[in-house]
Amino acid sequence: MAILVVADHDNGTLAPATLNTVAAATAIGGDIHLLVAGSGCGSVAEQASAVSGVSKVLHADNPALENRLAENVSLLVAELGKDYSHILASTSTDARNTMPRVAAMLDVDQISDIISVVSEDTFARPIYAGNAIATVQSNASIKVITVRSTGFDPVASEGGSAAVEAVASNHDAGISSFVSEELAQSDRPELTAADIIVSGGRGMGNGENFELLYKVADKLGAAVGASRAAVDAGYVPNDMQVGQTGKIVAPNLYVAVGISGAIQHLAGMKDSKVIVAINKDEEAPIFQVADYGLVADLFEAVPELEGKL
Amino acid sequence: MKILVAVKRVIDYNVKVRVKADNTDVDLTNVKMAINPFCEIAVEEAVRLKEKGVATEIVAVSLGPKECQEQIRTALALGADRGIQVQTDDPLGSLSVAKLLKAIVDEEKPDLVLLGKQSIDSDNGQTGQMLAALAGMSQGTYASEVNVDSGKVSVTREVDGGLQTVSLNLPAVVTTDLRLNEPRYASLPNIMKAKRKPLDVKTSEDLGISVSSTLTTIKVEPPAERQAGIKVASVDELVEKLKNEAKVI
Repeated sequence: MAILVVADHDNGTLAPATLNTVAAATAIGGDIHLLVAGSGCGSVAEQASAVSGVSKVLHADNPALENRLAENVSLLVAELGKDYSHILASTSTDARNTMPRVAAMLDVDQISDIISVVSEDTFARPIYAGNAIATVQSNASIKVITVRSTGFDPVASEGGSAAVEAVASNHDAGISSFVSEELAQSDRPELTAADIIVSGGRGMGNGENFELLYKVADKLGAAVGASRAAVDAGYVPNDMQVGQTGKIVAPNLYVAVGISGAIQHLAGMKDSKVIVAINKDEEAPIFQVADYGLVADLFEAVPELEGKL
Repeated sequence: MKILVAVKRVIDYNVKVRVKADNTDVDLTNVKMAINPFCEIAVEEAVRLKEKGVATEIVAVSLGPKECQEQIRTALALGADRGIQVQTDDPLGSLSVAKLLKAIVDEEKPDLVLLGKQSIDSDNGQTGQMLAALAGMSQGTYASEVNVDSGKVSVTREVDGGLQTVSLNLPAVVTTDLRLNEPRYASLPNIMKAKRKPLDVKTSEDLGISVSSTLTTIKVEPPAERQAGIKVASVDELVEKLKNEAKVI
């Protein structure tokens, strides 16, 4: 039995979520091959070969794979995947875009967003925005799976010495093309990889007030997130959204500021190790999941907190 | 051009979900049902494309028991022209749904298929991509902006790091994200009018698709509850607890 893990990357760096996906593959058990598909992504293949537990890296380099368009990448993954018992990828937007296409091409059902491995064919996954956990068994010949990173502790990014094997690729469906990308530039850690996250909600009042959170975050080396209410109100861009329809995070420390704690926000952060809530409404549902709650006006408490760190 | 919109009947998003005592599924007895919010955004986008003069006809399709006709009527009240129900009482996995939709696509030959990015019950997020693969179409998932121009559709997608724009050949599949639009409320006259719009009923046998799944749900359980902690009285106490008790800073 061999497992194909599709790596997440931007042609330069292997995304940390890949390490959690390899951990899920390790829990299933078997030979683990890591596919790095992109353009000019040789350095990613090198990083992949050092990942603990990986026995082989498949490196497919092709200009048509540069922007990881699902129409093109799925052709490659479905072709390679035929020889594997499982195909795993993270729940990044790239993988969520591509993997169902792969599953349909292989004529198998996909198991999305698993949070634990019960056995090689049985997995647990959240449904109804995390309000229930389903245990699902698959008898598909090839199990196509996406893995929620927060369910698995990452394997070590170093220590492995897998051979890198070049895979010929001319996979180009020719029906879609990349136009442009507007990626947020930030010196702060990425939300899904951060140890500490400071998030703001509608209580922040406007986008300028997020500056208060950035100051705290920079003292803690933290990432800054937001609730859907804050994103919908236009305070901050969508890539900062934590929640069921945004990013799912589980840092060591999550500080929720001016966030009431709507169920769909809780679904995105309730697996954090320690949760702090700062809110002036002591009835806010966020306090029901917080380890430490501070009932206070955030505009006084947050600057004071910054001063004391 | 012609647009096909797929809509799913799901638990209303305001309803608190409860797991059945025997852990076989969530309890949907006497629970309010509604159109999946992402599907509603897809219908709204189709209607806006028609209002802009880009689309000429909107066909709303839903798969399931007779009750899903209610959600098709909702789509018709919002502005879809006619409906198709694929009657089936079997629970459908995403791949089966995609196969049935592919059969409808073969009959209807739409230029654009709009779907929600996921349904709020099973949270799979698979159907649109699977349909695109089966139909050999391009796909624009997690759309926050859709522009149709000279035989192509340009889709701005909400991706992890920000926004990505792709250009897709038609016919294409587009799945909607939250910020694509804000759906309108159906007016009473439009709700009345929707009752007279045509709604065809087909079965999976009519479409020549056998519905089966390789997945079995073994159990459904409530998630582990998180216990509320303590309230601290001051920022000083908070910092002290985080440093010395939780040891996270």
